[in-house]
Amino acid sequence: MDLTLLKQHSPCAWEIPAQGKMRVPAMIYASKELVRAMDHKVYEQAVNVAMLPGIVGASYVMPDAHWGYGFPIGGVAAFDADAGGVVSAGGVGFDVSCGVRCLHTGLRREHIMTVQRALADTLFERIPAGLGSTGGIRLNSAQMDAMLSGGAKWAVERGWGSSADLERVEEQGQMLHAKPKYVSEQAKKRQREEMGTLGSGNHYLEVQEVTAVFDDAIASAYGLHIGDVVLMIHCGSRGLGHQIGTEFLRKMVEAAPGYGLILPDRELACAPIRSDLGQEYLGAMRAAINCALANRQILTHLVRDVFAKLLPSAQLPVLYDVSHNTCKLETHRVDGRLRELYVHRKGATRAWGPGHPGLPQALRASGQPVLIGGSMGTGSYVLAGTTASESLAFSSACHGAGRAMSRHQALKTWNGRTVVDELAQRGILIRSPSMRGVAEEAPDAYKDVNSVVDAADAAGLARKVARLEPLVCIKG
Amino acid sequence: MYNHWEHFEHGADIGVRGIGVTKAGAFEQAALALTAVITDPQQVAAVEAVHITCEAPDDELLLADWLNTLVYEMAVRRMLFGRFHVDLNGTHLDAQAMGEPTSVQRHQPAVEVKGATYTALRVAPIDGGWLAQTVVDV
Repeated sequence: MDLTLLKQHSPCAWEIPAQGKMRVPAMIYASKELVRAMDHKVYEQAVNVAMLPGIVGASYVMPDAHWGYGFPIGGVAAFDADAGGVVSAGGVGFDVSCGVRCLHTGLRREHIMTVQRALADTLFERIPAGLGSTGGIRLNSAQMDAMLSGGAKWAVERGWGSSADLERVEEQGQMLHAKPKYVSEQAKKRQREEMGTLGSGNHYLEVQEVTAVFDDAIASAYGLHIGDVVLMIHCGSRGLGHQIGTEFLRKMVEAAPGYGLILPDRELACAPIRSDLGQEYLGAMRAAINCALANRQILTHLVRDVFAKLLPSAQLPVLYDVSHNTCKLETHRVDGRLRELYVHRKGATRAWGPGHPGLPQALRASGQPVLIGGSMGTGSYVLAGTTASESLAFSSACHGAGRAMSRHQALKTWNGRTVVDELAQRGILIRSPSMRGVAEEAPDAYKDVNSVVDAADAAGLARKVARLEPLVCIKG
Repeated sequence: MYNHWEHFEHGADIGVRGIGVTKAGAFEQAALALTAVITDPQQVAAVEAVHITCEAPDDELLLADWLNTLVYEMAVRRMLFGRFHVDLNGTHLDAQAMGEPTSVQRHQPAVEVKGATYTALRVAPIDGGWLAQTVVDV
């Protein structure tokens, strides 16, 4: 991106001033190096989002942003329904409620290393991963609707977890106002065999060691200490969410002219929040959020089963569960006034600051855990939401490292088996059904996650708490 | 001009491009490019045919619908497709997709496609033929 197009506010805050048809400015939170490395398409997409009706504040861009579909991935935009605001299927993405769940294990690195290989093999055997994999749970029509309304709460009620898990999940594990009746039969069919599956691409399950702590007080409140072992699950709403995204994107493209929406890019397809289509999408999208929450809950149950066999002393309580492809109705203070806004986060994590009433009591003084997944050979991070993030970007932060290289290029550059062997020499055991998939997800195909979280910290979006490094990775 | 497919770069995802002597040929090639995101199309045996129809207001949405229908059929049938025959009549598509059940061992599927987007979506005549392309989310 051309820096001369931007007005710099601070080392990690850059403005694209409102111009032309932009209703608000765009704000990019990233270091000079990260902004310079961003594709110019990110600039164009941030500007396009700023043109949408009812947008409030600014069109926000996170440090890990890259070229997406209409909205940049790593984009945040809030809309006021009373001001003609819109909801956009592209602003949420195909993998609705894709997110990260982090579990404590109560174990230390030395405990894991005694069974590392058996743990990797057993997790790989028990966690359905990769294209075409199926879960062991089949839902009939009534059960599917109950899952789509109940989310992780539904899964816990079925015996896959405990009620204590739910207070550490956004929305307490159940997205309210989901409307399964707006989820098509095709979407439900696509999900029928996919409950409790990891998926493929950049989705993974990792056993990780805490290797650095940057904020002792918050890390301690989160229960993280150097040498502790945690487990991180990255996946989303599987085929159901993909189908909902596909279908509503299509419907919104066709309906937009009828709503008088003149879109600079067809991919920005949206509908007024106060329209039938807008409400149908919100109902279906919330059902997909519940699907993702239930899926991560079921995977948690499978993981606990594996640990119970291999490391019976382990307890695996949830540290936190965050989604990074969502649109949620939230209350935010804008120019001194509280407003109800529909906040789209596409490849961005909600990051509530200390004292937020939505946080469980044990985390309230520290702020919300913000879970940042890296690539399989590098680190992941736990950050904490800040008070400042509310005014910077409606309490939002980055979500991952972001790719630095296309899959095509990665496949030409690396061999999957070699990547697995090299990581094994560094003590990281990779298990995957596809060596081609491993090559495409090679660690160096990703941006440096350290620079992304440093920028989020420097911008004030979230505070660095701890760094995690993988010991075992199950790659979808 | 000859029928062929290629991928083009898009940050985190992949662009699929079909080039054909005819528009229908370009749609067939775009479908092969879609399969190639997942596995080598030449490794997919044509043992079972699935009939697909789509109708859309314009060529570009028709291409997106065609690819999205293939994504759906691959997901629910747990199949991969390696050969395609497309007939176009205006903006009505009638096609056969031929393939086989997915074998993780043999096909080594790299990634599942979530859906075809409208990013870089284009169906247009080019020098002596047709181009059909879009970006798919993986």
